Amino acid sequence: MFPTLKRVIKSGWLSFRRNGMLSVATIFVMVLTISLVTSFLLLQGISNSLISSLEEKVDVSVYFKKDAPEEEITKIEDELLRIPEVKNIDYISRQQALDTFVEKHKDDAQMMESLKEIGENPFLASLNIKAWQANQYEAVSNFFENSTSKDILEKIDYFQRKPLIDKVFSISSFLKKFGIGAAIILGILAILVTFNTVRLAIFNHREEISIMRLVGASNWFIRGPFIIQGMISSLLSVLITLVIFIPLSYFLSPKLLTIVPDFNLFAFLRSNFGTLLLIQILVGIGIGFFSSLIAIRRYLQV
Amino acid sequence: MIKFQSVTKNYPPNTVALDDISFEVKSKEFISIVGKSGAGKTTLLKLLLAEEEPTQGRVFFDDQDVHKIKKSKLCFHRRKIGTVFQDYKLLPFKTVYENIAYVLEVIGVNDKDICSQVPDVLDIVGLSEKADNFPQELSQGERQRAAIARAIAHRPEVVLADEPTGNLDPYNTSDVIKLLMKIHEMGTTVILSSHNREVVNSLEKRVITLEKGKIIRDEEKGRFFL
Repeated sequence: MFPTLKRVIKSGWLSFRRNGMLSVATIFVMVLTISLVTSFLLLQGISNSLISSLEEKVDVSVYFKKDAPEEEITKIEDELLRIPEVKNIDYISRQQALDTFVEKHKDDAQMMESLKEIGENPFLASLNIKAWQANQYEAVSNFFENSTSKDILEKIDYFQRKPLIDKVFSISSFLKKFGIGAAIILGILAILVTFNTVRLAIFNHREEISIMRLVGASNWFIRGPFIIQGMISSLLSVLITLVIFIPLSYFLSPKLLTIVPDFNLFAFLRSNFGTLLLIQILVGIGIGFFSSLIAIRRYLQV
Repeated sequence: MIKFQSVTKNYPPNTVALDDISFEVKSKEFISIVGKSGAGKTTLLKLLLAEEEPTQGRVFFDDQDVHKIKKSKLCFHRRKIGTVFQDYKLLPFKTVYENIAYVLEVIGVNDKDICSQVPDVLDIVGLSEKADNFPQELSQGERQRAAIARAIAHRPEVVLADEPTGNLDPYNTSDVIKLLMKIHEMGTTVILSSHNREVVNSLEKRVITLEKGKIIRDEEKGRFFL
């Protein structure tokens, strides 16, 4: 069995080398296909980063009455932190709110004049609450509905922000579903394109295959070298794709940071390199193997 | 050894390639099948190789009905036969050496034996210096000799030669026929199909004459009559 395997591999390699242009054409199409899949995976990374940063910006602020004691506010903060939907809470005291305002508007004479006119600190203490996901703010709002500390609450701005929060949630969930749908369609397209390319390559060898049948070669002895050729083409395609993508992402990364500040393309590629490589190899070799196997069947009927 | 039993082969819509053919070939015989182009000679050989199926009748090889063999097992039947095709049918992306080695690899001969047997066969057909050439780099005569070398390399029981001299000049024709005679002397059954009158008549062997798909003559020391 092993000498036969050795022969099949040698024959496949020789055939790959000697069929220059056909092999190049096949590899070209496979590189395009694998590049498309890789680009899509990278785009998914960017998209997920965008979705997270969008969701990060969504929060709910609860404002307390002027005379609300700090211990009461701290007590509410502790109770809120026990809700599993709450990710984190920022407590901004009346003084901190004032200081932030002054810092922000210190060069704006009119603003500073208005503040002086009011005389006292007009700002209220607040808790700025962030949930894990955009659809979890309802739980936070319900907490306050049922809370015994309702009397120290001045305002909850959830209901004003609810339309925005709902919109963010619907956009991000649409993007996620769209991502899956697009991945499936792309995957099918990639398989079809590669399969047809391999089929064309084998079509070119139909005369050879019939000669091999007529001199008494068994089906597997004929198939073997073509499958090896398919797999060599796939492996080379994966390597070429990597050689293209690694420097490309390195150079594009800084430019992309200006559009998507939280996403470093090159770092993403590096940290997911193992997974990406595995997917590329599975896609490439898998498709190469099965395409050769299926495409050659009709020519073995002689 | 080989038996055709009431074999008819029709090609749609209305071509009758063979019409109720019956004959036998004994082991170690040399027979020539002659006739005009279109008489049915190639069809006869195709049926023996199970490349085609008869419309009626049966073809036996070593008492086995060739067309009852499963498609996946046909390769074993074809290994017993060495075929020299009219259009050579050499593998274009393999050298002459590799083309001949291929049939030995198919039957599982190890590399060491292939290394010693292929040069011997190349020597027999006089192509030792062309071992590393590809078929497209050879002349017609050389291609035909390479095809013969491939047909005999694995020492088959039968060699079928389908118009082996069809595209050759008289010098090459003579060489090819001498080769076939040599192969026959070594103990192989040879079935030669030809429309070359001089070649057939010079052999003084059994001649089966086909005309419009029927056997019109079958003589032990036959001649090709026009």
